[in-house]
Amino acid sequence: MPITQLSYDMAHLIGATVLMAGFQLLYQRRLFAVLNTFAFQALALAAAAAWQAHIQNAPHLYVTAAIALLFKAMIVPVALHWLVEKLGIHRTVETAMSIGWTMMAGVALVALSILLVLPVTANAAALTRESLALAMSVVLLGLLMMITRRNAVSQVVGFMALENGLILAAVSAKGMPLVVEISIAFSVLVAMTLFGIFFFRIRERFDTLDLSDLETYRGDRQ
Amino acid sequence: MLVAAALSALLALAVLGVLAGAEMWRHRMVYFCCTIASLTLMAAGLKHLGANPGTGPAIVLPIGLPWMQAHFRLDNLSALFMVVVNLGGAAASAYGIGYTSHLPEPRRVTPFFPLFLFGMNAVLISDDAFMFLVSWEFMSLASWLLVMSDHTNAESRRAALVYLIMATFGTFCLLTSFGLMAGAQGSYAFPAMRGIYLPPVTSFLVVLLALLGAGSKAGLVPLHAWLPLAHPAAPSHVSALMSGVMTKVALYGLIRILFDLHGHVSWSWGAALMLIGGVTAVLGVLYALMQDDLKKLLAYSTVENIGVVVIGLGLAIAFKDGGEKTLAALALVAGLYHIINHAIFKTLLFLAAGAVITATGERDLGKLGGLLKRMPWTGATALVGAAAISALPPLNGFVSEWLIFQSLFKGPSLPYWAMKFGVPVVGAMLALAAALAAACFVRAFGIAFLGRPRSKAAAEAHQVPTSMRWTMAVLAVLCIILGALPVTLTDALSGVVQPLTGVHFAVSADLGWPWLSPVSSTRGSYSGTVLVMTGLSLFVITILLVHGFGTTKVRRADSWDCGHKEDIPESQYTGQSFSQPLRRVFTTSLFSARETVDMPEPGEMRPASLKVRMIDPVWRVFYQTIIDGVGYIADQVNRIQFLTVRRYLLMMFITLVFMLLVVAVRQNK
Repeated sequence: MPITQLSYDMAHLIGATVLMAGFQLLYQRRLFAVLNTFAFQALALAAAAAWQAHIQNAPHLYVTAAIALLFKAMIVPVALHWLVEKLGIHRTVETAMSIGWTMMAGVALVALSILLVLPVTANAAALTRESLALAMSVVLLGLLMMITRRNAVSQVVGFMALENGLILAAVSAKGMPLVVEISIAFSVLVAMTLFGIFFFRIRERFDTLDLSDLETYRGDRQ
Repeated sequence: MLVAAALSALLALAVLGVLAGAEMWRHRMVYFCCTIASLTLMAAGLKHLGANPGTGPAIVLPIGLPWMQAHFRLDNLSALFMVVVNLGGAAASAYGIGYTSHLPEPRRVTPFFPLFLFGMNAVLISDDAFMFLVSWEFMSLASWLLVMSDHTNAESRRAALVYLIMATFGTFCLLTSFGLMAGAQGSYAFPAMRGIYLPPVTSFLVVLLALLGAGSKAGLVPLHAWLPLAHPAAPSHVSALMSGVMTKVALYGLIRILFDLHGHVSWSWGAALMLIGGVTAVLGVLYALMQDDLKKLLAYSTVENIGVVVIGLGLAIAFKDGGEKTLAALALVAGLYHIINHAIFKTLLFLAAGAVITATGERDLGKLGGLLKRMPWTGATALVGAAAISALPPLNGFVSEWLIFQSLFKGPSLPYWAMKFGVPVVGAMLALAAALAAACFVRAFGIAFLGRPRSKAAAEAHQVPTSMRWTMAVLAVLCIILGALPVTLTDALSGVVQPLTGVHFAVSADLGWPWLSPVSSTRGSYSGTVLVMTGLSLFVITILLVHGFGTTKVRRADSWDCGHKEDIPESQYTGQSFSQPLRRVFTTSLFSARETVDMPEPGEMRPASLKVRMIDPVWRVFYQTIIDGVGYIADQVNRIQFLTVRRYLLMMFITLVFMLLVVAVRQNK
């Protein structure tokens, strides 16, 4: 199917939705809300991948969409829900920086990535250009979330939001082989498993998931 | 061919040294074969110098990095140093035949000794920067292993650590210097480096780095700190090699870069070198005067002599840049002459110190004394060495220092004001250093060999094995020969300096064979040959007169006892008391020396004591500052090790955003 104005706008709409979800993640104050927003972002990501598969005529991207839908939008949020309930984790998001400042920093990051990506990709197809700027913003927002949240669960979510940005970039570039996407999906799964085990161990010893409690127990520090 | 065979033999000997095990005759065999190999290499060097073909054939071997080959070549300069190195090497090896059985752990020494010799020879024949540096490191590491041979001693371990750090620093500087000389083409072969034009800044850096690199190995102040620690820590025959020979290899590197590869060094560097040399000479000998440890004293004296040589080299550079080619040749000949001399008498003195240690187990001057009677061979040869290093005529040390002075007196003829004013200052430093060196060796020889024994060990000293005695005797004879026949040597040396300065110059041109008259026959001339002949004939005449006309009756009397009837060794001069006047004059401000007297009250039974506290200014200013700085930075950086996970992420994030910003700004400009 040739790339028309409609397909171009749709791709942008979905990509922007992923980015908006990224901002929403920064805004949430409740842990379950964070998980729900993350599931929404993964859903938007699946839609973006599916739409790209449709307009690029690249059926393998449907697999990516399926992986995103299955793992990220369903299994991971459900698993984290279960973990939070089972471990009785404190459900407030503890921030290291006020929400307002975080949002402003996020806006600045989006501006930076647009400033950066648009001139670099001047020769690439318009579709790829804008999507890459969006994807990079999502990556930076994920990173921002990791550094402005104190408790482990929101940091894990920030990490996975970062992965979402990577996948968004991967599906937007035409002709990206499937191998990469699968590996990314698997890395997310592995990361989640690792963090899951990690939580259990934290739970056993410290009775909290706030990382700052963990640090005081790190052997050589007094 | 001969060289290659001898060098591979040295490598093979290292393996044999490992296999030698506990059986002493095998160790002796290794040292014997090292002697043969060294003599072979020396013969090869002499043959090259004798034939005087200029530059020998280049040999290219396909070893090293895949796109580089190893280039080797023997020219006059390297042949000369090959003779110097292997003369010392042969002496140390021959000495080792007898000495090895007196070492506490010969198995830690024998394997590395041939490797050390190999490394030094490989430096000399290298014809590209890569091989040069590899050989240089080989030499450094082999000698480091030898310094570490007495690893149970904490002082040795510290010496080895300081040495390793300084060696790494030196090689790093040399590497950078060669890298700059290779230029953008990256041609590391020496012939290609010679032709390259260096812009002023690069030229400055090349000389500076070469000076730091080679100077740290040679022991120029303030880079000398490792030398008096490391040289004495090794077994004595290795100390002799390190002090007598390895410092010469370092000077070879300096001469190779400054006179051959770079070739157009500015006169101001010459002036700087002279000043550094003067400071090195004076400080080195002052340190030496304060030492009680015989081997440390010798190591500091090496620092002094390197300073003397460097004065000659600096003068040669200044003359060369000022267009006075003949005087440049004179100064360089003088420097090379002193290099040869120092290699001989410093090796001799270290071997004598080794003999003293073997015989008494002591290296503290305060526990020696009266050894001349018990060790006449060692005493006599050490006396010759001490006289030679104190620059007494007719021995070799006098000739080279006299030549350096002769060229120094011509320094003000250069059209630079800095030289006109600076040369007399350096001349005064050199004269001071020479006088203090004489005092230093009067002290060292007098305290160790004369007087009465100061300890039981010294009183029970025994003669050392034959191979050790003969080695020292040969070196002592060489000191006399090189002093008695100076013209023969200077003529040989002028062939070596010809390619480096561009003129053929005969030091003896004015008055003919036995007379050295470097500047003109009216300004100063010297003939060791005539002096020796005159001295000998006067000696013979005196003997004939005394025996012919004097009384033949034998009269026995007590020997003069300096007014001390009692046989208490403590009533003699000690090393400390001998040097006290000089210490008070020179070191009170320089080393912040303070004396504290602890006098017991009347009735107290404890002995009075005099304590001297000295602070090494070089160590405090240069090294302690660096050590403190590194410690401070380490403390500051240490904080980063204990941040929270979130802060580490924050650091990554900030770095990433910063770099992205840089990219964004650059491309939107």
